[in-house]
Amino acid sequence: MSDLGELYQQVILDHNRNPRNFKRIESANRKAEGNNPLCGDRIQLYVLLEGDTITDIGFQMPQGSGCAISKASASLMTDAVKGKTAADAETMVQLFRDMLSGGTNAPGKLAVFSGVRAFPSRIKCANLAWHALHAALQNSAEPVTTESARDF
Amino acid sequence: MLDTARIRPDFPILLQKENGRRLVYLDNAATSQKPRKVIDAIVHYYSFHNANVHRGAYALAVEATEAYEAARTAVARFVNAWAREGVVFTRGTTESINLVAASWGRTNVKRGDTVVVTAMDHHSNIVPWQILCQEKGATIRMVEITEDGRIDLSDFGRALEAKPKIVAFPYVSNSLGTVNPAAQLSKLAHAAGAVTVVDGAQSSPHLRVDVQTIDCDFYALSGHKMLAPMGSGALVAKPALLDAMPPYHGGGEMIERVWDDRSTWNKIPHKFEGGTPNVEAAVGLGAAIAYLEQLGMEKIAAHEQELARLTIERLSQIEGVTVYGPRDHRAGVVPFTYGDIHPHDLATILDRDGVCIRAGHHCTQPLMRRLGVAATARASFYIYNDLDDIDALVTAVRKAGELFGVPA
Ligand SMILES: Cc1ncc(COP(=O)(O)O)c(C=O)c1O
Repeated sequence: MSDLGELYQQVILDHNRNPRNFKRIESANRKAEGNNPLCGDRIQLYVLLEGDTITDIGFQMPQGSGCAISKASASLMTDAVKGKTAADAETMVQLFRDMLSGGTNAPGKLAVFSGVRAFPSRIKCANLAWHALHAALQNSAEPVTTESARDF
Repeated sequence: MLDTARIRPDFPILLQKENGRRLVYLDNAATSQKPRKVIDAIVHYYSFHNANVHRGAYALAVEATEAYEAARTAVARFVNAWAREGVVFTRGTTESINLVAASWGRTNVKRGDTVVVTAMDHHSNIVPWQILCQEKGATIRMVEITEDGRIDLSDFGRALEAKPKIVAFPYVSNSLGTVNPAAQLSKLAHAAGAVTVVDGAQSSPHLRVDVQTIDCDFYALSGHKMLAPMGSGALVAKPALLDAMPPYHGGGEMIERVWDDRSTWNKIPHKFEGGTPNVEAAVGLGAAIAYLEQLGMEKIAAHEQELARLTIERLSQIEGVTVYGPRDHRAGVVPFTYGDIHPHDLATILDRDGVCIRAGHHCTQPLMRRLGVAATARASFYIYNDLDDIDALVTAVRKAGELFGVPA
């Protein structure tokens, strides 16, 4: 049970139950869709980029879609990058990805996802929202999938 | 019930520990484990009989051919095929259905025609028909399911009014466990002038199948779900239909004579077996069939149905658990959800207790849309599963509830 506790840390369970920024943003000027074809999970990401700053960000997942890991990851991601510059956000994408592929922990609350490393089948779940963020910032129209993930 | 205490030691993988626990393998609808007899048959084939089939003039090649053709006879007997020439070896259900779509379908389906499938079909009995219909300008008509997860017979009747060329359906649903009235569906489809394609991926491992009683036209099966190696499988068809069909893959073995600019075709089933076949897979499939026949398909079906019944009963006692699929006429497949715990999280938590289940859409996205869920968790049984497996499953599901604090 202890390693399950590492994966499903209280912060993750809390963000799963009460995701932050779980909203559609009508005025968003950057959008991306992320798919995890393995499980059929989908995320719709909305970013309002003003100048170089992410002034608002929100996400939605179709009803019933989104496991605890992908939903909590999306929720914590939106909290982490709101108010940041696009360049800083991209750096965080990189740090998060490095953490999951065995590197050092990402800063702040994002470190709660370090436990996912021990569950290779769930790394894609944790990465989904970050793929979508990267796609939105690159302004790519194509939906990203956890399978293609070209730039990752 | 089957004597699982005697069956389990036949499966080397079941003796292995998973996360330090007894392996509780409940993903048999995805693929089955392999008994020592099947593994040995493959080793034996390569150790003593390996050569290319249907070509060599030497003794070894004759032995290899005999082993390959003996497996064909075994498959024919196992499903009561119309003739052993009506058994085409393929890589599995997916290839079998694609063969029918590419050969019978391309020849007979024209612009404006209809192909009928059902909302509980696996993607492999949907997508080949979509590809065919897109190419031909024909229409796919998907038959709806009832609330309790059976094929809606009145909608099936309405679909037949379009006089479809092909009616395809699964004998047993991999996502719901429904055992469909295959003979009745086939009869109705024939009366409307269609040929019938039965996806037998989930029936062949678990039921006594008699294709002549079902009276379908094509029947597809996968060996890997019935103790045999991956890459083994067959298309079982009425010989007259196969005779009239153009080849699927061109190459060696499938020809009679080859000129510079044209060829004539070998007899069935070889006409559909271009290239060096997977002899090892066929040999393994033959050994798997011998193993299953020794246990008895009726006994296997009863064993799995009892496990499913008990599992449904016990899971249903947990507040917040929903089990999908019909009350009766179901095979050993139990799809469920638990409160708002995502099936992937359930599967991860169960895995820590050595319990392997499937979570996801099970290659049935149209069905998931109709059930109104993105995914389900699915436990599916086979001959080596027992009451301890159900205990482990139920205990682990309860543990997941505690971890996630499912509101009771
Ligand atoms: C009902 C059904 N049809 C078709 C298939 C496809 O079988 P295969 O992948 O062996 O070709 C499966 C298995 O995944 C199945 O469960």
